[in-house]
Amino acid sequence: MSKLVKKQNMPAGGLKRLGHEAPEVVSVTIGKADFRAPFVSGLEYSAPARGTWNIVHVGMLIPGAHEIFVCAQGCLRGVVLTAAEMGAADRFSTIAIRQNNVLEGDLEGQIIEGVEDIIQKLPEKPPAVLVYTSCIHHFMGCDLELVYRTLREKFPDIDFTDCYMNPIMRKSGLNPDQTMRRQLYSLLKPREKNLRSVSLVGNDFAFDHTSELYALPVSAGYKVREITTCKTYEDYQAMAESSICITTFPAAAAAGQMLEEKLGQKHLYLPFSFDYKEITENLRRLCEVLGIEPMDPAEISRRIDACEQALNEAHELIGQTPVIIDYTAFPRPLSLARLLLAHGFHVTAVYADSFTGDEKEDFEVLSRENPDLLLYPTVHTCMRVAPRENEEKILAVGQKAAYFAGTDYFVNIVEGGGMYGFDGILKLTEMMCRAFREPKDARALIQIKGMGCGCCL
Amino acid sequence: MWLLSVKQTARIISTYTGDTSGVCSALYELGGMTVMHDASGCNSTYNTHDEPRWYDMDSLVFLSGLTEIEALMGDDGKLIGDVVRAAKELSPGFIALAGTPIPMLTGVDFQAVAMEIERETGIPVFGFSTDGMHSYISGASMAFAEVARRLCAERSRSEETEQEQLSGKPDGNAPVVNILGVTPLDFTVNGTDAAMRRALEKRGCRIGAVWAMGSSYEEVVRSGGADVNLVVSACGLEAAKVLQTRFGTPYVVGTPCGEKFTEKLAEALKRAAATGNCEMVCRPCAEKNICEEPGTGERSGQTVIIGESVTALSLANALKEETGRGALVLCAVDTAPELLSEGCIQAWDEDDLIPYLEGAARIIADPLYQPICPDDAQFIPLPHEAFSGRIYRAQIPELVTGLKQFVQEHRLG
Repeated sequence: MSKLVKKQNMPAGGLKRLGHEAPEVVSVTIGKADFRAPFVSGLEYSAPARGTWNIVHVGMLIPGAHEIFVCAQGCLRGVVLTAAEMGAADRFSTIAIRQNNVLEGDLEGQIIEGVEDIIQKLPEKPPAVLVYTSCIHHFMGCDLELVYRTLREKFPDIDFTDCYMNPIMRKSGLNPDQTMRRQLYSLLKPREKNLRSVSLVGNDFAFDHTSELYALPVSAGYKVREITTCKTYEDYQAMAESSICITTFPAAAAAGQMLEEKLGQKHLYLPFSFDYKEITENLRRLCEVLGIEPMDPAEISRRIDACEQALNEAHELIGQTPVIIDYTAFPRPLSLARLLLAHGFHVTAVYADSFTGDEKEDFEVLSRENPDLLLYPTVHTCMRVAPRENEEKILAVGQKAAYFAGTDYFVNIVEGGGMYGFDGILKLTEMMCRAFREPKDARALIQIKGMGCGCCL
Repeated sequence: MWLLSVKQTARIISTYTGDTSGVCSALYELGGMTVMHDASGCNSTYNTHDEPRWYDMDSLVFLSGLTEIEALMGDDGKLIGDVVRAAKELSPGFIALAGTPIPMLTGVDFQAVAMEIERETGIPVFGFSTDGMHSYISGASMAFAEVARRLCAERSRSEETEQEQLSGKPDGNAPVVNILGVTPLDFTVNGTDAAMRRALEKRGCRIGAVWAMGSSYEEVVRSGGADVNLVVSACGLEAAKVLQTRFGTPYVVGTPCGEKFTEKLAEALKRAAATGNCEMVCRPCAEKNICEEPGTGERSGQTVIIGESVTALSLANALKEETGRGALVLCAVDTAPELLSEGCIQAWDEDDLIPYLEGAARIIADPLYQPICPDDAQFIPLPHEAFSGRIYRAQIPELVTGLKQFVQEHRLG
């Protein structure tokens, strides 16, 4: 474990104090941090930055699907209000597990009868029902195979899939986020392959049409399919005809593997990155799998030059203003920190509790070249009472960074926001410049759940 | 009594805040540290949907981050170690542990864990066996009752002397009143807590502590010195009973709501302070008994209020005072048996509620209930934070002084 570096106490800013001693804020320099576990794990705090998607938002991506959650009241509360806030209460139902169900042990019967009851009460039969079971079913040894077999027999015209709200399994195999992204595509039924169709899988936001990931296949005559742009259940099912599926997020890789195994689609993992070399290599692999000529090196140089120019212009504007980044903005915050530091930006901190394997090289390079870069946790208990106001202007990339720094100058983005490749770098620099010039109402924006899903608040 | 639904389904309506969040909400302003023993999800649910104070007030509410292996192996040591470490860093005034479904299944002994942490830290620790399967009423009740049992100090000689001295002063007859059962889950953050204080002060009461919004830990700890306690939601009833046992303090049940009903409450408080007798002011006041005929399709012309028992019954009584018409209360959360009657019926799920709604002429309820209400009934939205969270927060009326406006606005007169 790395030795912890303690920051000087500062006043608490906007917080109303309840008499707690303001502790010293825990951070660690990347030069001294342990890649596998930069911070001691313990009790966890949850900062009120809510833009990332949860399993309700993700499930709603299947057009027309109805979600049914089967859990205890306390667990239902968060998901039912997620659906209500996004204006999708009519696509969401619940079955409450109470003590009598646990004592009687008839969880299978409860699910079957409950789902049947709900479907019969719906104004229209949905094409698909996602049934989310919980930790309780796992611990009670609920026979889910029996449950789904029975439901499929009772409702042969509805596609059922098993989804899970079992956060207790987050350190046992696939975590709930990975599982959800996989199950999202589990309803696709085998179809005749269309050799000119490719699916982009596991992303919450539609990729920008100007990004190389989207534009290259289209320019080669491919139909590019994404669940984020499906309007009907048939659009969704049409994703099954793709011959290639591409994932870019670590959490989506399991979905790609499942599609390869189940539907015979060629899975290509092209990790999101801000590194020119890695982007170039990803695009080379993409062209190879698509069976098209690789991008002209001159064109790649032209795009890199455009990125360089955009980064330099952004740096001229932003200057030595501290820049901070959090892990909710992009799956690879260290890759972004590395790019910005290499272009003279004053990146002072990255907020992340852990890193994925994709970040290893960036971590090592930063440890060598920028060893004083600070890493901050986001769930550590001390972050609850950490000072949130700064006198100097700070530019944040991501909602959590904005929250912890108490800045309204921030790039409001989660989970990559549909950016990719050289085009993504251009977009981000543009967003950074805009965020630097125009403050936003961070308090109002970051508390909205599931950015981009719609919100009635 | 109508049989309760066995399917426990909700096609479209929301879910009330759970007991684990209820503990957190009750203790939020008292300077302690509350730990939800859960894997994940409880904390973001709590501080997104159940806790409007989260952004601005640095209360220490955390999650233990329970894993499958820890649960299977019965490893309470990780929880104990993590709580002790955090307590040493943050120095809370007390520590509360709140359970969730999996600790309930694996039989975590929260009392024993609490004793172990208390031994290691020297800080008072409460262990609450909440299970996520009950409503916030249950959790908040447990928390307030434990505060009454463990934190409220015995009355000191100086307090007794002060009380004796006050009796010789002009306002010596003004009873000291604690208001019990106040959380944003029932009273949001629209100033209702302060309005209740002012309404009682205006009517000759002195406020000791408000459990637990806007009062300091020290004020709450001195609650044993009050003359009478006012229970304004079912969350406060158990604590009132504990305070009665410990200090002999009588209690009155009812929520200040509108001029006339609040007047009745103030009178009851003075009577209780003088006689030592408890009083239930929010009495059942349904216009007619429809218990025998739900679901018959017969229109009763009844006004139905869905909500928490004490606040909903108080609104029903206040409406009767203002308009001459009472209302049937459907209580969809836990409550004490003595609060249930032919005018306040427990109904948990859609299947339980719908038969009563079918005959109603007017329904006063959270907007998220509207999809199951008949189209031909007048629907009067009364958002309830414990049901719809933050969605309609800005539209929740303050009914202590604003009842008349509410009545006029919705043509209830």
